[in-house]
Amino acid sequence: MTTTTWERFKDSSFYWSFRRDKVAVASLAVLCVFVAASLLAPLIAPYNPYDPTQIDLMDSEMPPVWIAEGDGRFLLGTDGQGRDLLSTILYGTRISLTIGICAVILQAILGVSIGLVAGYRGGRLDNFLMRVADIQLSFSTLMVAIIVLAVFQGLFGTELYERLAILMLILVIGIAEWPQYARTVRASVLAEKKKEYVDAVRVIGLGPMRIMFRHILPNTLSPLLVISTLQIANAIVTEAALSFLGLGMPVTKPSLGSLINSGFEFILSGVWWITIIPGVVLIILVLVMNLLGDFMRDVLNPKLYKE
Amino acid sequence: MFAFLVKRVIQAIIVMLVISVIAFSIQDNLGDPLRELVGQSVSEAERQKLRDKLGLNDPFLVQYWRFLKKALHGDLGTSYFFKRPAAEVILDKLPATLELVFGATIIIVVFSVPTGVFTAIYPMHWLSRFAMGVSIVGISIPVFLTAIMLIYVFAVQLGWLPSFGRGDTVLVYGWSTGFLTKDGLVHLILPCIALSSIILPLFIRLIRAEMLEVLESEYVKFAWAKGLSRRRIWFLHALKNTLLPVITVGGVQIGTLIAYTILTETVFQWPGMGFLFLEAVNRVDTPLIIAYLIVVGLIFVITNTVVDLIYGLVNPTVKLARPHGGGE
Amino acid sequence: MPLLEVKNLEVKFAMRRGDLTALRDVSFSIDKGERLGIVGESGAGKSVTAYSILNLISKPGYISGGQILFQGKDLSKLSPEEMRAIRGDGISMIFQDPMMTLNPVLTIGTQMVEVLHAHREMSDQQARAIAIEKLVQVHIPSAATRFEQYPHELSGGMRQRIVIATALLTDPLLIIADEPTTALDVTIQAEIIELLLELCESSDVGLILITHDLGVVSQVTQRVLVMYAGRIVEEGLTHGIIRNPRHPYTQGLIGALPQQTVPGGRLNQIRGVMPSLANTPSGCAFHPRCPHVTDICESVVPEYSIFDRSRVACHWVKDQLGDVSEQKINETPAP
Repeated sequence: MTTTTWERFKDSSFYWSFRRDKVAVASLAVLCVFVAASLLAPLIAPYNPYDPTQIDLMDSEMPPVWIAEGDGRFLLGTDGQGRDLLSTILYGTRISLTIGICAVILQAILGVSIGLVAGYRGGRLDNFLMRVADIQLSFSTLMVAIIVLAVFQGLFGTELYERLAILMLILVIGIAEWPQYARTVRASVLAEKKKEYVDAVRVIGLGPMRIMFRHILPNTLSPLLVISTLQIANAIVTEAALSFLGLGMPVTKPSLGSLINSGFEFILSGVWWITIIPGVVLIILVLVMNLLGDFMRDVLNPKLYKE
Repeated sequence: MFAFLVKRVIQAIIVMLVISVIAFSIQDNLGDPLRELVGQSVSEAERQKLRDKLGLNDPFLVQYWRFLKKALHGDLGTSYFFKRPAAEVILDKLPATLELVFGATIIIVVFSVPTGVFTAIYPMHWLSRFAMGVSIVGISIPVFLTAIMLIYVFAVQLGWLPSFGRGDTVLVYGWSTGFLTKDGLVHLILPCIALSSIILPLFIRLIRAEMLEVLESEYVKFAWAKGLSRRRIWFLHALKNTLLPVITVGGVQIGTLIAYTILTETVFQWPGMGFLFLEAVNRVDTPLIIAYLIVVGLIFVITNTVVDLIYGLVNPTVKLARPHGGGE
Repeated sequence: MPLLEVKNLEVKFAMRRGDLTALRDVSFSIDKGERLGIVGESGAGKSVTAYSILNLISKPGYISGGQILFQGKDLSKLSPEEMRAIRGDGISMIFQDPMMTLNPVLTIGTQMVEVLHAHREMSDQQARAIAIEKLVQVHIPSAATRFEQYPHELSGGMRQRIVIATALLTDPLLIIADEPTTALDVTIQAEIIELLLELCESSDVGLILITHDLGVVSQVTQRVLVMYAGRIVEEGLTHGIIRNPRHPYTQGLIGALPQQTVPGGRLNQIRGVMPSLANTPSGCAFHPRCPHVTDICESVVPEYSIFDRSRVACHWVKDQLGDVSEQKINETPAP
C-alpha cells in the first residue's frame, strides 16, 4: 500500500516540478537538517546548556574558534553566561521548532473546525464568525500576543510564568491566528458546496459531519499544506519576537529569540556572535520554510483566501 | 454610502466596547489598587472598609459602568510609576510612535508600488528576479534582527548613523516632531527602515501577485485589443484594479506596523508608546498598560474604519456592504 | 485584393517539454463587407486564429510561420507601435463574456472615449458625442446616462451592446467577434445576433464570427471555415456547407444538430472527443473518430480537394472525387 502511494507520488507532476526546482530541493534538505539537529540535540550537542554544573562564568563571551582569541572547546564561542553557543543554539532551535509546530497544529484544529462550520452552515453564524475573524486579523497577532502575555506575566509573577512559558506561547500564537485557516477552509467549502458531488452525497443521506470530514476536507488539503508551511515560519518569527521582548522563553531555557535578546546588550561593545549567529540560524530556518511554502503555492496553485 | 458609514461606525463602537471590557477585566485582576494606595501595613477590617468606600465590592457591571464613564472623559487612572494620569503619559509618547509609523509608511508606499508593478510587467527581467529574491529574504528576517543588524553595521561598525533615541525634536502646535530638524531626521532613518523591513517585501509580493492576475484578465486583453497605449493599460486599467485589494490589506497591516513599533522602539530605545508599554509591563504599572491597550485599540479601529471607507469610495462596485471574501 | 488574407499561418505554444503546435497551415481570406464564420469544438483553434490576427495570443503562444496580410500589410511583421495603431482602429474585437470584458472600476464613458483618443485627434466633447452616437446605434436606451455608469450597473446583454458600440467607435474595416453570444441568455443571444447582422448590413464592415453554434453561423455568415485540431478541414459557402457537408467531421457536426433528428429520437453525436494539443493524432487528426477511416488516414495528412467555391481536407472525399476524375481520364480516347 505504501509502495503504491509512493510510486504514485513519484509519478506526480508535483514531484516532477520539485525535482526540477533546485531552490526547493535545497530548502527541503536544509529544513531536514534543522529538524534532525533539533530532534538529536541532546545527543549531538557538546554540552548541556540546562546543566549549571557544565557552565563556568569564566568562559563567558568567548568568540568563535576562527577568531584569534577563540577557544577550541567552543566551536561557535560562548554567550554572556559562559554557555557553549553551539549547544545553546541546538537546544534553542528545538524549542523554537516545537513551539512553531504545536502552535500551528492548534491554529489548524481551531481554524479548520470554525471554517468548516461557517462555510457549511452559512447564514448568520457564518456572517458572525467571519466578522470576528476580520476583526481579529485587523489586530495583529503580535500585538494581541504581547498584551496577553504581558498581562499573564503580571498575574502569575515572573517565576511561575517562566515555567509555563512554552505552553503560554503555544496557546497564544495558536489561538490568535485561527482566522487564516478558517477563511481558507470556508472559501474552499463554499466552492466545493456548489459542486454536484456534495449534493449527491447529501442525497444519499450522510450527516453533515461526515460530509465535511470525509468529502469536503480532503479537497481542501493543498491550500492547507501551503498555509501550514508559511504559518510555521510565521509562528517561529512571532515566538522569537516575543522572547526577544522578554515575554517568551526565559534566558535559562532560551529559544532562538531569547538567545538573540541575551546577546543584544553586548553588541554595542563589539561582541556580535551571541546575537548574530543565532540570528542567522533563525533567518535560515524561516527562509527555507518560506521558500518551500512559495514553491508549493506556485505548483499546487490552490485557491488561497485573498483579501 | 451613508448606510455603509453608519454600519462601519457601529461596528467600530462594538469593537471598542469589547476592548474596554477586556481592559477593565485586566484592571480588575492585575495588581491591587489598595496596595498602591495604602501599602501593606493596614489591617484587614480597614481594608474592607476602604474597599466598600472605593466601590471595589460593587457588582462587576456597576464597576465596569463607572470605568467606562471615566474612560469616556479621558480618565484612564493614574500611572503608579509616573504619578500622572496614564492617558496623558501615553499621549506624550504618541507623536514619537506615529512619526516612526509615518516614516515607515512612506518608505513602503514609495518602494512597493513601482517595484511590484515592474516585477509584474517584466516577470523574467533580471531586476525582477533580483527583487523577488531579496523580498523573500526580507520577509524571512524578523524586524528586531533587521534593527540589530542595521545598528551593528551603520552605527557600531561604520559609525554613520546614531543607534538610539530621537535626537533633536521641535514642538509644533504641541506635537514634538523629529521631521523638522536635521538631527531628528538622521535619527529616524534606521528605525524607519527597520520598521518597514517586513511589510515592504510583503507589499511588493502582494502588488506583484495582484497585478499579474489583473494583467491576465479579459478586460486587460480587451484594452490591448482596443489599441490603447501600454502606459494607459498598465497604469490605469491594471493598476487601479490591483490597488483595490492592496488598500484592504494595507488597513490590516497598519495594525501589524504598530505592533512592530514595540520591537523597533525597544531595539532603538525610541521614546515612544511601545517602549513605554514594555517598561510598564515590567513594572506592572496597570493603569499605563490599560491606557496603552485603549489608545492602540482606538488607532486600530479608526484606521480600519477609514480604510474601509476609502475602499468603499474608490471601488464603484462596493456601495453598501463590504463583501466577505472567498467563494462568492 | 482581399481585405484580410491569412497565408499558411502556424502558431505554436512554447512549453517546458517542447513546443506544441496549435495552428497548422491555416489559410483563408475575407473581402470588404464579407461575413465569415469559423466553427469547431472548443480547442479547435478558432480563438487562437482570431487572436493571432491582432497578435494578441497570450504568453507561451507565438506565431511561428505564415503571413497575415491586412490591406496588403503583413501584420505579423509590424512593430508593436504599428500593431497598436491597427488594433481597435482598422480591426476591432468583440470578446466572449461581456461580464469580464469591461473594466469594473472605470465608467463606460472612459472606456469608450479612450479608444477615440488612442486613434484620433479630437476633443473630449467630440469623443463623447461619437461614443453616445454609437451607443444609440446599438439601441441602448438613455445613452447619455449609461455613458456615466459603471459596468456592474448594467445587465449582460446591455454590456455586450456596449462592447459592440466600443468596437464600432473608429468605424473599423473588420470586426472579429469571438463567441459573442455564448455567455448570454438565449433570448439575449438572438437580439445580439440580430444587432450584429443589422450593423454589418448597414455598413461595409467585414465580420469574422467565431462560434461553435452552427445555427448562428447560418443566420449571420456568407462563408464558413470548419476547424478541427488546429487545421481548417472544410471551407465553403455557408448554405452549401449546411445543406451538403462533405467532410465527415462537418457531417457529424450538422448531424448532431437537434433539427436533424426525429422528434423524440436520440441526438446524433460524433463519438470520442477532440484530442488535446499534446497528443494530436498522426495523419488526419480526425481519423480516430471518423466513420470512414482507412489506412492512409492514419499516416498521411490529407491535402485539400478544391471544388468550385469550397475545399475539403479528407482522403475519403478525395477518393470519391478521385474515382470521378480517373473515370474522366479513362473516358478520354487513348492515343
